[in-house]
Amino acid sequence: MIYKAFWRDIRFLQMLAQGIFVILLALAAGYLYVNVTANLQRQGLTVGYGFMKNPASFDIGESYIPYQASDPYQRALIVGVVNTLVVSLVGILLTTIVGVLVGIARLSTNWLVNKLAAAYVGVLRNTPLIIQLMFWYFGVILQLPSVKQAIELPGPAFLTNRGIYLPWTETTATFPAWRMYLILAIISVFVIWFVLQIARSRASIPLSPSWNLSYLVIPVLILWLGAEIQPAPPITPYLPELAGLNFKGGLRLTPEFAALLFGLVLYTGAFIAEIVRAGILAVSRGQVEAARSLGLTNGQTLRLIVFPQALRVIIPPLTSQYLNLAKNSSLAIAIGYPDLFSIAGTVFNQTGAAIEIIVVMMLSYLSLSLFTSLIMNIYNSRTRLVER
Amino acid sequence: MAAIDLRPPRLTVGPLAWVRKNLFSTWYNTALTLGVSWLLYSSLKSAALWSQTEARWGVIEANLTLFMIGQYPREELWRIWLVIYLLAALVGLAWGTWRNAARGFAVMALGAGAAFALICFALNWEAWINWLIADAILLIFFLIGNFLPYASRVTVVGWLLYFPAIFLLVAGSRHIAALPPVEMSAWSGLLLTLLLTIVGNLGSLPLGILLALGRQSKLPIVRYFSIGYIELIRGVPLVTVLYMADILLPLFLPVDVRPDRVIRAMVGFILFEAAYQAENVRGGLQSIHRGQYEAAHALGLSGALTTALIVLPQALRAVVPALFNSFISLFKDTSLVAIIGLFDLLRIARSVIAQPEWLGTHREVYLFAFLIYWGFNLAFTYGNRRVEQALGVGKR
Amino acid sequence: MPKFSYVFGLLVVISVLLAACAPSGAPITVEVTRIVEVAGEAPTPVPPPVAGGERLQTVLDRGKVICGVHGSFQGFGFVDSAGAWSGFDVDFCRAWAAALFNDAEAVEFRGLSAQARFTAVQSGEVDVLSRNSTWTWTRDTELGLTFGPVTFYDGQAIMVKKEIVSDPTAGLDALEGANVCVQSGTTTELNLADQFRAANVGYTPVVFEDQTAAFQAYDEGRCDAITSDRSQLATQGQAVLANFADHVILDLVMSKEPLAPAVAQGDDKWADAVHWVVYGMIQAEELGITSANVDSFLSSQDPVVRRLLGVEGELGSKLGLSNDFVYRVIKLVGNYGEVYEKNLGPFNLARGQNALWTDGGLMYAPPFR
Repeated sequence: MIYKAFWRDIRFLQMLAQGIFVILLALAAGYLYVNVTANLQRQGLTVGYGFMKNPASFDIGESYIPYQASDPYQRALIVGVVNTLVVSLVGILLTTIVGVLVGIARLSTNWLVNKLAAAYVGVLRNTPLIIQLMFWYFGVILQLPSVKQAIELPGPAFLTNRGIYLPWTETTATFPAWRMYLILAIISVFVIWFVLQIARSRASIPLSPSWNLSYLVIPVLILWLGAEIQPAPPITPYLPELAGLNFKGGLRLTPEFAALLFGLVLYTGAFIAEIVRAGILAVSRGQVEAARSLGLTNGQTLRLIVFPQALRVIIPPLTSQYLNLAKNSSLAIAIGYPDLFSIAGTVFNQTGAAIEIIVVMMLSYLSLSLFTSLIMNIYNSRTRLVER
Repeated sequence: MAAIDLRPPRLTVGPLAWVRKNLFSTWYNTALTLGVSWLLYSSLKSAALWSQTEARWGVIEANLTLFMIGQYPREELWRIWLVIYLLAALVGLAWGTWRNAARGFAVMALGAGAAFALICFALNWEAWINWLIADAILLIFFLIGNFLPYASRVTVVGWLLYFPAIFLLVAGSRHIAALPPVEMSAWSGLLLTLLLTIVGNLGSLPLGILLALGRQSKLPIVRYFSIGYIELIRGVPLVTVLYMADILLPLFLPVDVRPDRVIRAMVGFILFEAAYQAENVRGGLQSIHRGQYEAAHALGLSGALTTALIVLPQALRAVVPALFNSFISLFKDTSLVAIIGLFDLLRIARSVIAQPEWLGTHREVYLFAFLIYWGFNLAFTYGNRRVEQALGVGKR
Repeated sequence: MPKFSYVFGLLVVISVLLAACAPSGAPITVEVTRIVEVAGEAPTPVPPPVAGGERLQTVLDRGKVICGVHGSFQGFGFVDSAGAWSGFDVDFCRAWAAALFNDAEAVEFRGLSAQARFTAVQSGEVDVLSRNSTWTWTRDTELGLTFGPVTFYDGQAIMVKKEIVSDPTAGLDALEGANVCVQSGTTTELNLADQFRAANVGYTPVVFEDQTAAFQAYDEGRCDAITSDRSQLATQGQAVLANFADHVILDLVMSKEPLAPAVAQGDDKWADAVHWVVYGMIQAEELGITSANVDSFLSSQDPVVRRLLGVEGELGSKLGLSNDFVYRVIKLVGNYGEVYEKNLGPFNLARGQNALWTDGGLMYAPPFR
């Protein structure tokens, strides 16, 4: 047996390389640390999160959780996180719809629609989002008429330069009861599914498909019973109406929120459209032809054959677009929407705590990103092709 | 007896048939076509009306130089023209040398030069002359490229020297009397936007390659460090990285080292873009067939040599389109430096709107900025396609 | 990728913990002002600053002053389309350059955003900040800055559309439920919150990261009112708004805003040089010395004038400057009143508190002796 000298042993070399790497990293970190302490000391600054409990003293224009100027900085930052979350979630929902529609339009046989969709994608993808946001905010939303001359759309919805007012719903006293009935109905569906599953595995002859009707009958029965007990509806329409100088009621989107949402949705939608188009084109022609020869209609082919297969190609890049949307919401600062980045900037400005604020900001965005990719990964693993 | 259809067959060629087939094939297509046409017509009409009556295009005319070079000293303007001349010469040389591969790009550059000359014709006599000279230089060097010995090598070396040359010309040097240094704070306008794009891309590539290799490494510490870095950067928005570079970088450097804000922004872009470049390169690395490694091993190449000579060249060629896409997206992203207060094209546009004589011209100004970004990106996209074709990506 | 679910899980736990201690842990009484809060909360002794004194030499060696200014604020710090800087704050930068190098153009201007300005001083990126910055307790202490003599006594005011409030003597209660445009990262934003809270008037702030955007949004009708320093409302209002006559600035004074130049803490020599140049300009106005007549004063027999202009005494060299530094400043830039008139005169901004003490204002220079 030949003994290798230890310095020629691959394992030793790997350990050595890693050791050197760690030492280099430690040296770099140490160098940075020394510099930071020197700089901080020179400026007479200290690092720590004590300031987070001090009152913020500034107001925030829109917040989905209670907030006032006397609340501490950490509360202000949470308001920012919530604002970012809200615009990201609504944005992701809407941009998916826009993206899929435009992606299908890109494949339309109608020349005009096809070219228009192509122009939309080409222009929006190739220009900076921040300019688009400014265009939507200063060029479109703020150019809307004032409250007195509001544009009225059916619904009623009102477009003004103070915000967009949409019809919304309000919960009534019977809402908790109805929520319970709804939950019961949903549970019943799962129970039926479970029971049928067991019955099918035990039955010697296939169960009649008419059993599937129970999915419809039982929940409806539950809800009907509920209506008998609690006849008042759980929600009532909550419509915007002019009251004095301003609109009252309805769902109000502030101009900043509306512009940010518009900008993000249309910009990301252009990218998603390309992804959807590529996904649909990736489904081999044979699949479509096979579906046709089986006698499926155009719609059925798209819905049952093409889309499920395209989805597998679409999901991974779609995830990164969702992430981009959430990250791009940080451009809100350009148009005055109080998102996390904007509020963190203000807090930094009031306290001068640069390192602390940037750490908080980065960790928040990072967990948002990781959370989104986690959910999308779970979904992806469900739609993935199972190889047998 | 079945009725015989005696009508003439439908038109299958000609404009009418095209219209019927592409616009009015079914009832819903007809409805779509009509609806979309009406929308297009009404919006185009109001846009045209605005552009002809309300819009004050004078704001662009009066501030054209400001948009292009911002506060770069006017007496040093010739240096920017020299940069453009050099570019024209290199494009001409490439065209003469490689002919078909570079033709489309060269023709586009020629056309762009002519278009700029046309735009500047009545407005700015100096710019007009300079664009014509640039076009002339391009054509002259095309001819030179045809006859030059070792043309290919000269062109490649020329391009490699070009990027350092830009910086020497723009920044100047204390040691060259003809090129007095220009403060970085004066680098602004489209000039800054382009410089940031170039530095961000070229600077991040080496770091990106290292990170990509690190991510594939067998050494767990190196691998986890690379993964951690890449995922951290990809998980946060660019603005936060720029913000960090702008505010924290001075804190992390020795007391007497205070890089200019432009440098800090460049560092921010490099750190950010490296994570994305790493993912691009990783895609290329994964596309290399196992056989390549085995063959290299069989030839007796060491791991490092295999990577440097066999794997990387192939991987990089495979990712050229992805790298171009990064280039395009970084070009757009440079507009974010306006948020940290650098005077790039966007921020210059905002300062123009604040000029008292041009109040309320934000539509004109933003539209102009919008068109510049769009035009450049169209050119980049086109260039990307040509390069892809020349490299035969996806065909071999 | 599954590894990230662990990382993520960890993050979730951390954020839940953070969130748990977040909501209004300690309710803070409204009566206590913020500044006292901070002082009570953080009695951390500021470590003794590193012996300074090198900045003046650095600047002299460099051959120019690097001055942090506003970039798009007409009247105070503005860069025009030809790249030329002008404004009240900008002229003080020129004055320092004149004092140091006998050349008013030996300045490198850095346009700074409200957010970046103090970091730029702290990090030493700019030698001095002359960017309509309010001198406050926090900035003077916690942010590690040293403020100089006040160059402009300002106060926060609020501008309203005439169609909403036409009477300039109206109080804040006339603005119940109003949308107010404001710039972020300023003392203005904090004062706005304090004042409306004190008056118990509800309002909605609409916050922008730069002043131009705030004015633009106000002009487009996004807000009913806009708040900023009175000087800004007057100058920007005339420069930026489509029709200044449709707006009214309420008489109400919402805060004290002494605007002053700032340098990094811990360098007394440099701070002294910066401060005494400003005092020299104020003193010169008091003595009636202007850029036009300064040469004739060189032969003056008044010892006060002779000391100020460096004809006799060693005042300048004790600061590390030349003895005739005030003469240079007045000759090349002008006295305080001239700078004021040149930059703010066009906006009809009355001197008010910024008149000399002899005219009932607050401008007062310590004696040059």
